[in-house]
Amino acid sequence: MSHATLSGKRPGGLRGATLPKWFPWAVAVGATAAGLGISAAAGLQSSIQWALIAAVLFIVGSYAVSARVEGRRQAKDRTATSMVWVAFLLAVIPLASLVWETVQRGVKVLDTYFLTRSMGVVADSEPGGGIYHALLGTLEQVGLATLMAVPVGVLTAIYLVEYGRGNLARAVTFFVDVMTGIPSIVAGLFVLSLWIVILKMGYSGFAGSLALAILMIPVIVRSTEEMLKLVPNELREASLALGVPKWRTILKVVVPTAIGGITTGVMLAIARITGETAPVLLLVWGTNFINANPFSDPQASLPMYIYLQYSNSGGEGPGYDRAWAAALTLILFIMILNLVARGIARWKAPKSGR
Amino acid sequence: MDITTQNPTAPPAPQPGRTEDGRAARGTTRPGDRIFLGLSRGSGILVLVIMAAIAVFLTYRAVLAIGKDEANFFTTFEWNPSGVPPQFGIAVLAFGTVVSSIIAMAIAVPIAVGIALFLTHYAPRRLSGPIAYVIDLLAAVPSIVYGLWGALVLVPQLDGLYGWLDDYLGWTGVFAWNGGAPRSLFTVGILLALMILPIITNVSREVFRQVPQMHEEAALALGATRWEVIRMAVLPFARSGVISASMLGLGRALGETMAVAMVLSSSFDIQATLLDPGGGTFAQNIASKFNEASEMGRDALIASGLVLFVITLLVNGAARLIIARRKEYSGANA
Repeated sequence: MSHATLSGKRPGGLRGATLPKWFPWAVAVGATAAGLGISAAAGLQSSIQWALIAAVLFIVGSYAVSARVEGRRQAKDRTATSMVWVAFLLAVIPLASLVWETVQRGVKVLDTYFLTRSMGVVADSEPGGGIYHALLGTLEQVGLATLMAVPVGVLTAIYLVEYGRGNLARAVTFFVDVMTGIPSIVAGLFVLSLWIVILKMGYSGFAGSLALAILMIPVIVRSTEEMLKLVPNELREASLALGVPKWRTILKVVVPTAIGGITTGVMLAIARITGETAPVLLLVWGTNFINANPFSDPQASLPMYIYLQYSNSGGEGPGYDRAWAAALTLILFIMILNLVARGIARWKAPKSGR
Repeated sequence: MDITTQNPTAPPAPQPGRTEDGRAARGTTRPGDRIFLGLSRGSGILVLVIMAAIAVFLTYRAVLAIGKDEANFFTTFEWNPSGVPPQFGIAVLAFGTVVSSIIAMAIAVPIAVGIALFLTHYAPRRLSGPIAYVIDLLAAVPSIVYGLWGALVLVPQLDGLYGWLDDYLGWTGVFAWNGGAPRSLFTVGILLALMILPIITNVSREVFRQVPQMHEEAALALGATRWEVIRMAVLPFARSGVISASMLGLGRALGETMAVAMVLSSSFDIQATLLDPGGGTFAQNIASKFNEASEMGRDALIASGLVLFVITLLVNGAARLIIARRKEYSGANA
């Protein structure tokens, strides 16, 4: 890249004048300093304000300088670059804040005591108590949902990839796509109207896992489908040529080849539904006591626990600490699932000749 | 795992001696094959049945509820299904849902497109992988945690911004602020924007990746700057993809429940200003009213859920149709 050396004006060269490579960084530092300075001078408290001031100064500043030195086209290019960087930072700052606040406030009460006690005899306003009952409930509900959704999802994907032709397959593909967009609360309302209102079953962990399974199926179908499509056709043909029945070819050749990707997809789906609150709120109802039986009576669940602790504490006191600690537990759980899933994907990636 | 293959395997080219569903043409189907085909086709049909059942059962309960409603379901500004006579309507909810989603889109779409461009065209190679991963993490954070963060961290930070908006744009009426806690539709919009960023970013990124390299190189060869390349070669090619990505994001924003329920301080009225607390959305209303709802109240909530279902179905269906027209990419694994 030669233009790094071509900084400053150079009469007689073929290139126009270019600003040095460190220029954007200098403007960024200057804009941040100015943003902080203005905020301090004007007595602004909120970090959003100084960040916005700095962002605007950065874009305007780099445009102004570049327009003078490099000309308008280059200046526009720099503005676009600045805006793209600002867009990126705008997205990263909240995420960093979210992770930071959750960790910092969550570690206060997160310990083994917290993980192994329930809220049974602890009032919302008192310190102590824990998330054991919620953890148990979440694991059971998510486990049941996985048991229901995985066979349906994987078989549907197999149908679409290995057999599917014609209108039925097209309809299934379309509705799987549409199903990914169903709001979780609507899935919850559906199970509510069928299972609880019409069939007169009570609130239970199982009712919640029915709704969670509905949310899980399309995610599993999509990811499994993509993985099965990556299996090289030669493997299928070789197996079929040996006279192996199609169903055994699928079970013994195609699925094992793609199993890494399928596992990843399933784990990502689990990670996604673990944090679902709305259906659980409608169907599982929540309790402060340990209920190990998901098939009868209300259970607790982790996201639900966060919601209850938050809404009962009004943003202060021990309930508030517990909500953050539970949120940290939930995020950790989901992040670990995510990381493991990605690890498996990398480790067991199908060795196709792409 | 960006799958952009042209369907490399699946339904293979017509194999001699096999019919469509892979049966041997001789007519002697192996029982194993028949059972397995039945199972997998059954699962596919089950998906359709579930979708149909959702529509049917929601409609059934909703019709019961709307039949007892003494007020106009679509225009009433009230939610009192257990009253005598029961009166409830979705006007406020429809307004709040649409307005908060529009705010979310207005904030999220430019930023998401910016990030997608950043990842595909601006970021150093070494950075773009980890950043894409960070964006995925953003998608993995559960909405309840966004809600907690929004209510306890974001809301207190917004006073200053609201003050500004009131000072400089208050005259429009839309941005007038009377100093209440900033738990308003606008705050909800900001939070929703954050939550739908990842899906819009991921789908847009896929689209930007598919811009033919030749177009970009041709533009560069003509002396275009990077921005001119993007404006002349990338954006025109990617427009429909970005639109459908935005619609997928819109679908998410419309149905978001817990974060809205935790941040919004709701009330059953429509105000001209976005910054004062009040209003409500379909999903938020269901989550907040459900605990105290009578049987009639539950059915009324189901009726409002049906409206939400239909809206999201239309938005998602439209987005999918636009995507389906260009088979190469799909946002479902985003």
